[in-house]
Amino acid sequence: MCDTCGCGEGGEAIILRKPGREGAHIHLDGEHAHHHEHGHDHEHEHEHKHSHDHPQEVRGREVVIEQNILSKNDLLAERNRGYFEAKKIAAFNLVSSPGSGKTSLLERTITAMKGKKGFYVIEGDQQTMHDADRIHATGVPVIQINTGNGCHLDARMIHEAVKELDPGEGSVLMIENVGNLVCPSLFDLGERKRIVVMSVPEGDDKPIKYPTMFQSSDLCIINKTDLLPYVDFDMEKVKNYARQVKPEMEFIEVSVRTGEGMEQWYEWIEKNGDALG
Amino acid sequence: MHELSIAMSIVELAEEYAAKEHAEKVTELEIEVGDFSGVVVDALEFAMEEAVKGSICEGAVWKIIPVHPLARCSSCGHTYQPESLFQPCPACSGFGAEILRGEELRLRSIMVE
Ligand SMILES: Nc1nc2c(ncn2[C@@H]2O[C@H](COP(=O)(O)OP(=O)(O)OP(=O)(O)O)[C@@H](O)[C@H]2O)c(=O)[nH]1
Ligand SMILES: [Mg+2]
Ligand SMILES: [Zn+2]
Ligand SMILES: [Zn+2]
Ligand SMILES: [Zn+2]
Ligand SMILES: [Zn+2]
Repeated sequence: MCDTCGCGEGGEAIILRKPGREGAHIHLDGEHAHHHEHGHDHEHEHEHKHSHDHPQEVRGREVVIEQNILSKNDLLAERNRGYFEAKKIAAFNLVSSPGSGKTSLLERTITAMKGKKGFYVIEGDQQTMHDADRIHATGVPVIQINTGNGCHLDARMIHEAVKELDPGEGSVLMIENVGNLVCPSLFDLGERKRIVVMSVPEGDDKPIKYPTMFQSSDLCIINKTDLLPYVDFDMEKVKNYARQVKPEMEFIEVSVRTGEGMEQWYEWIEKNGDALG
Repeated sequence: MHELSIAMSIVELAEEYAAKEHAEKVTELEIEVGDFSGVVVDALEFAMEEAVKGSICEGAVWKIIPVHPLARCSSCGHTYQPESLFQPCPACSGFGAEILRGEELRLRSIMVE
């Protein structure tokens, strides 16, 4: 359906699962509200008769709407944000291309910091529990959202997942979005900060290829710096490109593999994870 | 696929308004899509065909109205029509302009009967 990411048709069931409890899962039905349609059908029949009582050949009339199409998602996202604020939960939305190292980053971060902070994780992937299983192994609560053919998480999925996960007061909620640099940029989840993760082998022109994602992010993590000697990758060029769409962008260079730069990232979490609002 | 979920949101919005109007059919939709909205118009066209099926909008025509961008330079205040999110201000070469227009994704109006 989407010619940018190649994912298929939508409307497939979205499934929420917890590691170790695969039997128990929750289905979120498709985006189309069927029950509403049934309701409408009734009204239509009713209205049908009504208009026959008053025969009137109106060919059609204009209804001015002027409404943002994503307003439903935005409203739900604001609700999530309000909930997070009230419970002093710092929610971070991690977006990237597939394979930039989001799950690896979370594994290492949680292992290093879980003594200091409560971590909760929501994993978004089209299929499989692989990433949730990896997080589960670090010992923190995690829930997997399988979006089926969907190529992004939305605020409603987060709302449902949060109800299940029940993150504790003052905790850090890491949301790993579906690996895709296009679609997730349009869907606010109610996060405090959006973090775009890119990696050295992806090349240094990602920010100009996917400007919307970079424009909507607050922090850019550049991972796999251990590979810098082997690829042509101009660090200053990437940063300049990213600043062109987002002048206030923060950057952290890391190698999750070697641990280089990770301290700076931990400090960033400490700073942004505190109850600032 | 985000185009499909967007198309479905459009149909849902149209359904809501059509119900308020006690309409039987939606015959036309006018959708504004900014050049910087992150939506691919061709993909949206395609997705709309799927999304209207079996809905009150089935058989409707839709007009996708492109909205061309307008930006105001945050350094010198110059307004211009940027070609990309990357274009520097033509007056002062500064980056980081405020996008005044071009990010729209709106259902402007529908025709019902
Ligand atoms: N060389 C190197 N490889 C890394 C580094 N970080 C992660 N990787 C590797 O990159 C691959 C992908 O890592 P993941 O953590 O699964 O990436 P992801 O972003 O979660 O992937 P998706 O969830 O599929 O989008 C794995 O083979 C990791 O071992 C790094 O710092 N250096
Ligand atoms: Mg992953
Ligand atoms: Zn039904
Ligand atoms: Zn997509
Ligand atoms: Zn999508
Ligand atoms: Zn200027």
